[in-house]
Amino acid sequence: MRKLQMHPCGNYKEHYSRELAIFETDFGRLWMCIGLIALFFVLPFASGPYFIYVLNMTGIAAIAALGLNILIGFTGQISLGHGAFFGVGAYAGAILATRLGFPFWLAVPAAGFVTALVGMIFGIPSGRLKGLYLTIATLAGQFIIEYILVHWESLTQGTMGITLPAASIFGMEIASDRAFFYVIYICLAAITLITVNLMRTRFGRAFVAIRDNDRAAEGMGIPIFSYKLLSFAISSFYAGFAGAIWAFYSISITTEPFNLGMSVEYIAMVVIGGLGSIPGAIFGAVFITGLNEILRFVTDAFMNMGISTSFGLNLAALREFAFGLAIVLFILFEPKGLAEIWRIIRSNFRLWPFSY
Amino acid sequence: MDFFLQLLVNGLSIGLLYGLSAMGFVMIFKSSSVLNFAHGELLAIGAFIFLVLTSWAHVPILLSFLITLAGCFVLGFLVERIFLRPLIGEHLIFVIMLTVGLAAMFKGLLLFIFGGNLHTYPDFLPDGLALHMGAVYVPPVYVASSCIGIVFLTLFGLFFKFSSQGIFMRSVADNQTAAMSLGVHVKKVFALSWAIAALVAGMSGIVLGIINGTNVHEISAIGLKVFPVVILGGLDSIGGAIIGGIIIGLLETFTGGYISPSLKDVVPYIILVFILLIKPYGLFGLVEIERV
Repeated sequence: MRKLQMHPCGNYKEHYSRELAIFETDFGRLWMCIGLIALFFVLPFASGPYFIYVLNMTGIAAIAALGLNILIGFTGQISLGHGAFFGVGAYAGAILATRLGFPFWLAVPAAGFVTALVGMIFGIPSGRLKGLYLTIATLAGQFIIEYILVHWESLTQGTMGITLPAASIFGMEIASDRAFFYVIYICLAAITLITVNLMRTRFGRAFVAIRDNDRAAEGMGIPIFSYKLLSFAISSFYAGFAGAIWAFYSISITTEPFNLGMSVEYIAMVVIGGLGSIPGAIFGAVFITGLNEILRFVTDAFMNMGISTSFGLNLAALREFAFGLAIVLFILFEPKGLAEIWRIIRSNFRLWPFSY
Repeated sequence: MDFFLQLLVNGLSIGLLYGLSAMGFVMIFKSSSVLNFAHGELLAIGAFIFLVLTSWAHVPILLSFLITLAGCFVLGFLVERIFLRPLIGEHLIFVIMLTVGLAAMFKGLLLFIFGGNLHTYPDFLPDGLALHMGAVYVPPVYVASSCIGIVFLTLFGLFFKFSSQGIFMRSVADNQTAAMSLGVHVKKVFALSWAIAALVAGMSGIVLGIINGTNVHEISAIGLKVFPVVILGGLDSIGGAIIGGIIIGLLETFTGGYISPSLKDVVPYIILVFILLIKPYGLFGLVEIERV
């Protein structure tokens, strides 16, 4: 058995395989195992139904945020339409399940593929546009998709919404929050693993090359347009996948949540978490969902204290303010996001007592 | 035919408003290439300062107009100084996200203070300004707003053409490094262009408020309509913003009148996608040839 590596005392990489390794040390691997065990065996039993609900929402958001991070953080294509793609996924899942009778385990990935197709259609402008022009094009995509969702009534039932059948896998009904917790977090773990490995393959490297310098990437023989489309497809697949799970989880869906605000929320997750960092996307999802819940809690508390309901309504506006403030503060003071803060904390521990 | 003419007039007036709203946006983009997602909120702030001054504090109209413009000028200056200056040279997404965050902050504040309801100004425009041309009726607000728009457009045209600050701003827009090496104080130019843009936004906000009343949600939605307008006109052309605004306004009202009222709001964005695919630099934008 090879010697366990617990504590690196410097950057001594002797093989390329070490450079590519997911875990730098066995210490990291150990903590990963402990974390997974805690996640699957301790957390769902130690927390009440409300907290599990929050955890589920975080997990769904983390899947979609990972997708957006592939597009923005790794490929450098800023998309303002992620919320709409999430909505396409939710509706695709709902329509497949109600009209065609797809079971849960088939409807979710199928919704992901449908969304990937839609994402590729809206990624076509990236062939000619870059930077802020592409951002504006995706903004238009957001509004167009929203319009289609509301007005294609024969398919989406417009503002009435769709009610989904109960989800089940292999005859087992998934109804409780705890059952959904396992579905969501197993999916999240699998998707995180896939994403980490995807970024180590030539596809991931091509994405990073396009982000860093698209002309140089083309000069090195990377077909830029098809890779950009691929990036749009993968990112929308994640969004659609998350959207479909969300649809099954919330049982009935309407077009309302999938607006520009949701897209902004996803970009905020990616930026606050850390661009181009896989743990960052998850941190961002935890932060934004947590912030939303805390602000909702504060708002409700003020409402219940009976300071007049109109004041309470106005506090909903303060939620928006706090949300904007969080984005602004992170960009001004820690543009690399929570992932960087986490790295600093870790290296401080590692270098203790000689950290500076 | 009367219906057509009335739609034409409505479209022209709405388009002019879009153009006016887009002017400030273009000004910021032109000098500092910042895509300002908080523009709708800047419009709303102008409209609400004016609301507070006229209907709550009962300041005379002309004076409150001037105070609003001055307030917006200072606000724009502060926004640049506090939020945008640390980001000079940073990656595009940070700048975009910062303006998105600012938009959420401003919107939250405005909703907190004023709520989501519709507020209206006291009626102060004389009826004599209204135009009757046969069956077509142009309300006085539209006439007034058109006049204001034309006056401001001329003023800014002259400012950019002849004043030294205007020439500095154009030089920074053209080539930042070259302007800096020739002794232009680039940061000062950024601050000034944000201040002027906020002033223009405040003015447009007041006009919007006079026409529709002020409602935070509606005005910030108009801030997003600015994007199709400026893309059509060319992101860095102030004249193009006005013409783009008029075209978008016309298309919107005609779609609303002849095809379907619900399609009205999404038509600008459909056009936007086509323009981006066919002619991404718009009608009057500066063409930078860069193939991807």
